[in-house]
Amino acid sequence: MSSSVPSVGDVIVHKEFAPITRHRLALYCGASGDHNPIHVDIDFAKAAGFPDVFAHGMLVMGYLGQALTDAVAPSRIRSFSTRFAAITQLGAKLTCEGTVTELIEQGGEQRAKLALTTKDQNGEIKLAGEAIIAL
Amino acid sequence: MVDQSAVGRAFTPVTARVEPGRLRFFLDTLGETNPVYRDGTAAPVPPTYLFCLEMMDATVPFEFLTALGIDLARVLHGEQRFDYHAPVVIGDTLTFHPRVASVTDKKGGAMTLIVVDTPVTNQNGIHVADVSRTIVVRNARPS
Repeated sequence: MSSSVPSVGDVIVHKEFAPITRHRLALYCGASGDHNPIHVDIDFAKAAGFPDVFAHGMLVMGYLGQALTDAVAPSRIRSFSTRFAAITQLGAKLTCEGTVTELIEQGGEQRAKLALTTKDQNGEIKLAGEAIIAL
Repeated sequence: MVDQSAVGRAFTPVTARVEPGRLRFFLDTLGETNPVYRDGTAAPVPPTYLFCLEMMDATVPFEFLTALGIDLARVLHGEQRFDYHAPVVIGDTLTFHPRVASVTDKKGGAMTLIVVDTPVTNQNGIHVADVSRTIVVRNARPS
Protein backbone atom coordinates (compact mmCIF):
# COMPACT_ATOMS: atom_id res chain seq x y z
CA MET A 1 0.00 0.00 0.00
CA SER A 2 1.16 3.56 -0.52
CA SER A 3 2.93 5.33 2.30
CA SER A 4 0.23 8.01 2.51
CA VAL A 5 -2.32 7.58 5.28
CA PRO A 6 -5.80 6.91 3.90
CA SER A 7 -8.81 8.98 4.88
CA VAL A 8 -12.18 7.78 6.09
CA GLY A 9 -14.33 7.17 3.03
CA ASP A 10 -11.45 6.21 0.74
CA VAL A 11 -12.11 3.12 -1.37
CA ILE A 12 -8.74 1.40 -1.23
CA VAL A 13 -9.84 -2.11 -2.28
CA HIS A 14 -11.48 -2.80 -5.62
CA LYS A 15 -11.23 -5.92 -7.76
CA GLU A 16 -13.46 -7.79 -10.18
CA PHE A 17 -13.32 -11.52 -10.85
CA ALA A 18 -14.26 -13.79 -13.74
CA PRO A 19 -17.59 -15.66 -13.51
CA ILE A 20 -17.56 -18.69 -11.20
CA THR A 21 -17.58 -21.98 -13.10
CA ARG A 22 -18.12 -25.60 -12.08
CA HIS A 23 -14.49 -26.16 -12.98
CA ARG A 24 -13.39 -23.50 -10.47
CA LEU A 25 -15.45 -25.17 -7.74
CA ALA A 26 -13.85 -28.53 -8.52
CA LEU A 27 -10.38 -27.00 -8.35
CA TYR A 28 -11.19 -25.21 -5.10
CA CYS A 29 -12.50 -28.46 -3.59
CA GLY A 30 -9.08 -30.01 -4.14
CA ALA A 31 -6.94 -26.96 -3.42
CA SER A 32 -8.71 -25.97 -0.19
CA GLY A 33 -9.19 -29.38 1.41
CA ASP A 34 -12.92 -28.62 1.69
CA HIS A 35 -14.38 -31.75 0.14
CA ASN A 36 -18.01 -31.01 1.03
CA PRO A 37 -19.84 -32.56 -1.96
CA ILE A 38 -22.54 -29.87 -1.89
CA HIS A 39 -20.21 -27.64 -3.97
CA VAL A 40 -19.29 -30.14 -6.68
CA ASP A 41 -21.86 -32.96 -6.78
CA ILE A 42 -25.21 -31.83 -8.18
CA ASP A 43 -26.93 -35.01 -6.97
CA PHE A 44 -25.85 -34.29 -3.41
CA ALA A 45 -26.84 -30.62 -3.71
CA LYS A 46 -30.32 -31.52 -4.98
CA ALA A 47 -30.84 -34.10 -2.24
CA ALA A 48 -29.95 -31.34 0.25
CA GLY A 49 -32.70 -29.13 -1.22
CA PHE A 50 -30.66 -26.86 -3.50
CA PRO A 51 -31.31 -26.45 -7.24
CA ASP A 52 -27.63 -26.84 -8.12
CA VAL A 53 -24.15 -26.76 -6.64
CA PHE A 54 -22.99 -23.37 -5.36
CA ALA A 55 -19.70 -21.69 -4.48
CA HIS A 56 -17.83 -22.41 -1.28
CA GLY A 57 -18.16 -19.38 0.99
CA MET A 58 -14.43 -19.64 1.55
CA LEU A 59 -13.72 -19.42 -2.20
CA VAL A 60 -15.57 -16.10 -2.21
CA MET A 61 -13.75 -14.99 0.95
CA GLY A 62 -10.53 -16.08 -0.78
CA TYR A 63 -11.31 -13.66 -3.62
CA LEU A 64 -12.06 -10.92 -1.08
CA GLY A 65 -8.74 -11.68 0.61
CA GLN A 66 -6.99 -11.44 -2.74
CA ALA A 67 -8.58 -8.04 -3.41
CA LEU A 68 -7.51 -6.95 0.09
CA THR A 69 -3.88 -8.03 -0.28
CA ASP A 70 -3.63 -6.38 -3.69
CA ALA A 71 -4.00 -3.15 -1.70
CA VAL A 72 -2.48 -4.06 1.67
CA ALA A 73 0.59 -6.23 2.36
CA PRO A 74 -0.47 -9.48 4.08
CA SER A 75 1.84 -8.65 7.02
CA ARG A 76 -0.24 -5.54 7.75
CA ILE A 77 -3.56 -7.34 8.17
CA ARG A 78 -4.48 -7.70 11.84
CA SER A 79 -7.93 -9.22 11.41
CA PHE A 80 -10.24 -10.22 8.58
CA SER A 81 -13.82 -11.31 9.06
CA THR A 82 -16.96 -11.71 7.07
CA ARG A 83 -20.58 -12.73 7.21
CA PHE A 84 -21.84 -14.91 4.38
CA ALA A 85 -24.98 -12.96 3.53
CA ALA A 86 -26.20 -15.00 0.57
CA ILE A 87 -25.27 -18.11 -1.39
CA THR A 88 -23.02 -17.37 -4.39
CA GLN A 89 -24.41 -19.09 -7.48
CA LEU A 90 -22.63 -20.51 -10.51
CA GLY A 91 -21.88 -17.80 -13.05
CA ALA A 92 -21.64 -15.09 -10.42
CA LYS A 93 -19.33 -12.29 -11.47
CA LEU A 94 -17.97 -10.91 -8.22
CA THR A 95 -16.75 -7.44 -7.34
CA CYS A 96 -14.89 -6.92 -4.07
CA GLU A 97 -14.54 -3.52 -2.43
CA GLY A 98 -13.13 -2.09 0.74
CA THR A 99 -13.74 1.37 2.22
CA VAL A 100 -11.94 2.98 5.13
CA THR A 101 -14.46 3.53 7.93
CA GLU A 102 -12.29 4.48 10.86
CA LEU A 103 -8.71 5.36 11.79
CA ILE A 104 -7.76 4.02 15.20
CA GLU A 105 -4.84 3.56 17.56
CA GLN A 106 -4.74 0.01 18.82
CA GLY A 107 -2.04 -2.39 19.99
CA GLY A 108 0.48 0.47 20.01
CA GLU A 109 0.12 1.25 16.31
CA GLN A 110 -1.97 3.28 13.91
CA ARG A 111 -4.60 1.16 12.23
CA ALA A 112 -7.49 1.54 9.82
CA LYS A 113 -10.78 -0.29 9.86
CA LEU A 114 -12.14 -1.26 6.45
CA ALA A 115 -15.69 -2.22 5.53
CA LEU A 116 -15.53 -4.97 2.92
CA THR A 117 -18.18 -6.19 0.51
CA THR A 118 -18.44 -8.76 -2.23
CA LYS A 119 -21.33 -8.27 -4.64
CA ASP A 120 -22.45 -10.19 -7.70
CA GLN A 121 -23.29 -8.74 -11.11
CA ASN A 122 -26.80 -7.83 -9.85
CA GLY A 123 -25.42 -5.87 -6.93
CA GLU A 124 -26.52 -8.48 -4.42
CA ILE A 125 -24.27 -8.57 -1.36
CA LYS A 126 -22.74 -12.01 -0.90
CA LEU A 127 -20.18 -11.17 1.76
CA ALA A 128 -20.16 -8.27 4.20
CA GLY A 129 -17.02 -8.07 6.24
CA GLU A 130 -14.34 -6.06 7.95
CA ALA A 131 -10.59 -5.89 8.14
CA ILE A 132 -8.26 -4.08 10.49
CA ILE A 133 -4.94 -3.13 8.95
CA ALA A 134 -1.80 -1.54 10.32
CA LEU A 135 -0.85 1.71 8.57
CA MET B 1 -30.35 -30.98 17.72
CA VAL B 2 -27.16 -29.54 19.15
CA ASP B 3 -27.69 -27.96 22.57
CA GLN B 4 -25.71 -26.04 25.18
CA SER B 5 -23.99 -29.21 26.35
CA ALA B 6 -21.76 -28.92 23.26
CA VAL B 7 -20.23 -25.63 24.45
CA GLY B 8 -16.62 -26.12 25.47
CA ARG B 9 -16.29 -29.39 23.61
CA ALA B 10 -12.83 -29.73 22.05
CA PHE B 11 -11.93 -31.75 18.98
CA THR B 12 -8.78 -33.54 17.87
CA PRO B 13 -5.98 -31.02 17.26
CA VAL B 14 -4.83 -30.88 13.63
CA THR B 15 -1.19 -30.39 12.66
CA ALA B 16 -0.52 -29.13 9.14
CA ARG B 17 2.58 -27.97 7.32
CA VAL B 18 2.56 -25.06 4.87
CA GLU B 19 3.84 -26.94 1.83
CA PRO B 20 4.90 -24.95 -1.25
CA GLY B 21 3.30 -27.31 -3.79
CA ARG B 22 -0.17 -27.37 -2.35
CA LEU B 23 0.00 -23.65 -1.58
CA ARG B 24 0.78 -23.07 -5.28
CA PHE B 25 -2.31 -25.13 -6.20
CA PHE B 26 -4.41 -22.86 -3.95
CA LEU B 27 -2.90 -19.68 -5.43
CA ASP B 28 -3.44 -20.90 -8.99
CA THR B 29 -7.03 -21.90 -8.22
CA LEU B 30 -7.81 -18.37 -7.06
CA GLY B 31 -5.94 -16.82 -9.99
CA GLU B 32 -3.68 -15.18 -7.42
CA THR B 33 -0.73 -13.54 -9.21
CA ASN B 34 0.50 -11.23 -6.42
CA PRO B 35 4.30 -11.79 -6.34
CA VAL B 36 4.37 -11.45 -2.53
CA TYR B 37 3.03 -15.01 -2.25
CA ARG B 38 5.66 -16.49 -4.60
CA ASP B 39 8.65 -14.84 -2.97
CA GLY B 40 10.72 -17.91 -2.18
CA THR B 41 11.00 -19.39 1.27
CA ALA B 42 9.68 -16.55 3.41
CA ALA B 43 6.45 -16.02 1.48
CA PRO B 44 3.38 -15.37 3.64
CA VAL B 45 0.20 -17.38 3.25
CA PRO B 46 -2.99 -15.77 1.88
CA PRO B 47 -5.39 -14.48 4.57
CA THR B 48 -7.91 -17.36 4.34
CA TYR B 49 -5.40 -20.20 3.94
CA LEU B 50 -5.37 -21.15 7.64
CA PHE B 51 -8.95 -22.38 7.22
CA CYS B 52 -7.80 -24.67 4.40
CA LEU B 53 -4.77 -26.08 6.19
CA GLU B 54 -6.92 -27.32 9.06
CA MET B 55 -9.26 -29.13 6.67
CA MET B 56 -6.48 -30.56 4.49
CA ASP B 57 -4.72 -32.39 7.28
CA ALA B 58 -7.62 -33.30 9.55
CA THR B 59 -7.45 -37.02 10.28
CA VAL B 60 -11.24 -37.03 10.69
CA PRO B 61 -12.78 -34.74 8.04
CA PHE B 62 -15.61 -32.58 9.41
CA GLU B 63 -15.02 -34.09 12.86
CA PHE B 64 -16.94 -31.35 14.65
CA LEU B 65 -20.02 -32.17 12.56
CA THR B 66 -19.93 -35.93 13.02
CA ALA B 67 -19.04 -35.59 16.71
CA LEU B 68 -22.08 -33.37 17.27
CA GLY B 69 -24.35 -35.52 15.09
CA ILE B 70 -24.82 -32.84 12.40
CA ASP B 71 -25.63 -33.84 8.81
CA LEU B 72 -23.17 -32.19 6.41
CA ALA B 73 -26.00 -31.58 3.93
CA ARG B 74 -27.74 -29.30 6.48
CA VAL B 75 -24.79 -27.00 7.11
CA LEU B 76 -24.06 -23.56 5.70
CA HIS B 77 -21.15 -21.29 6.52
CA GLY B 78 -22.50 -18.28 8.41
CA GLU B 79 -19.47 -16.23 9.39
CA GLN B 80 -15.71 -16.49 9.37
CA ARG B 81 -13.10 -14.54 11.27
CA PHE B 82 -9.29 -14.51 11.39
CA ASP B 83 -7.15 -12.64 13.93
CA TYR B 84 -3.48 -12.64 13.00
CA HIS B 85 -0.91 -12.34 15.78
CA ALA B 86 2.36 -13.41 14.12
CA PRO B 87 3.56 -14.21 10.58
CA VAL B 88 2.86 -17.60 8.98
CA VAL B 89 5.23 -18.50 6.14
CA ILE B 90 6.02 -21.41 3.84
CA GLY B 91 7.57 -24.28 5.77
CA ASP B 92 5.80 -23.54 9.06
CA THR B 93 4.09 -26.38 10.88
CA LEU B 94 0.87 -25.25 12.52
CA THR B 95 -1.36 -26.87 15.08
CA PHE B 96 -5.08 -26.09 15.25
CA HIS B 97 -7.05 -26.52 18.49
CA PRO B 98 -10.79 -26.34 17.68
CA ARG B 99 -13.38 -25.91 20.44
CA VAL B 100 -17.09 -25.06 20.48
CA ALA B 101 -17.47 -21.48 21.75
CA SER B 102 -21.24 -21.08 21.56
CA VAL B 103 -24.50 -22.64 20.43
CA THR B 104 -27.46 -20.37 19.64
CA ASP B 105 -30.91 -21.32 18.42
CA LYS B 106 -32.53 -19.02 15.87
CA LYS B 107 -35.98 -18.71 14.37
CA GLY B 108 -37.67 -20.82 17.01
CA GLY B 109 -35.24 -23.66 16.56
CA ALA B 110 -35.37 -23.75 12.74
CA MET B 111 -31.67 -22.92 12.72
CA THR B 112 -28.80 -23.39 15.14
CA LEU B 113 -25.66 -21.25 14.98
CA ILE B 114 -22.53 -22.96 16.22
CA VAL B 115 -19.31 -21.02 16.74
CA VAL B 116 -16.06 -23.01 16.72
CA ASP B 117 -12.99 -21.08 17.88
CA THR B 118 -9.59 -22.40 16.86
CA PRO B 119 -6.35 -21.00 18.27
CA VAL B 120 -3.39 -21.75 15.99
CA THR B 121 0.19 -22.25 17.18
CA ASN B 122 3.36 -22.78 15.16
CA GLN B 123 6.35 -25.13 15.50
CA ASN B 124 7.91 -22.82 18.11
CA GLY B 125 4.78 -22.72 20.24
CA ILE B 126 3.97 -19.17 19.16
CA HIS B 127 0.26 -18.33 19.07
CA VAL B 128 0.09 -17.09 15.46
CA ALA B 129 -3.64 -16.71 14.90
CA ASP B 130 -7.18 -17.29 16.04
CA VAL B 131 -9.67 -18.67 13.56
CA SER B 132 -13.39 -18.58 14.28
CA ARG B 133 -16.10 -20.10 12.16
CA THR B 134 -19.84 -19.86 12.58
CA ILE B 135 -21.85 -22.60 10.97
CA VAL B 136 -25.58 -22.51 10.39
CA VAL B 137 -27.43 -25.78 10.81
CA ARG B 138 -30.78 -25.94 9.04
CA ASN B 139 -32.68 -28.14 11.50
CA ALA B 140 -35.22 -30.68 10.30
CA ARG B 141 -38.74 -29.49 11.01
CA PRO B 142 -40.90 -31.95 12.92
CA SER B 143 -43.52 -33.36 10.58
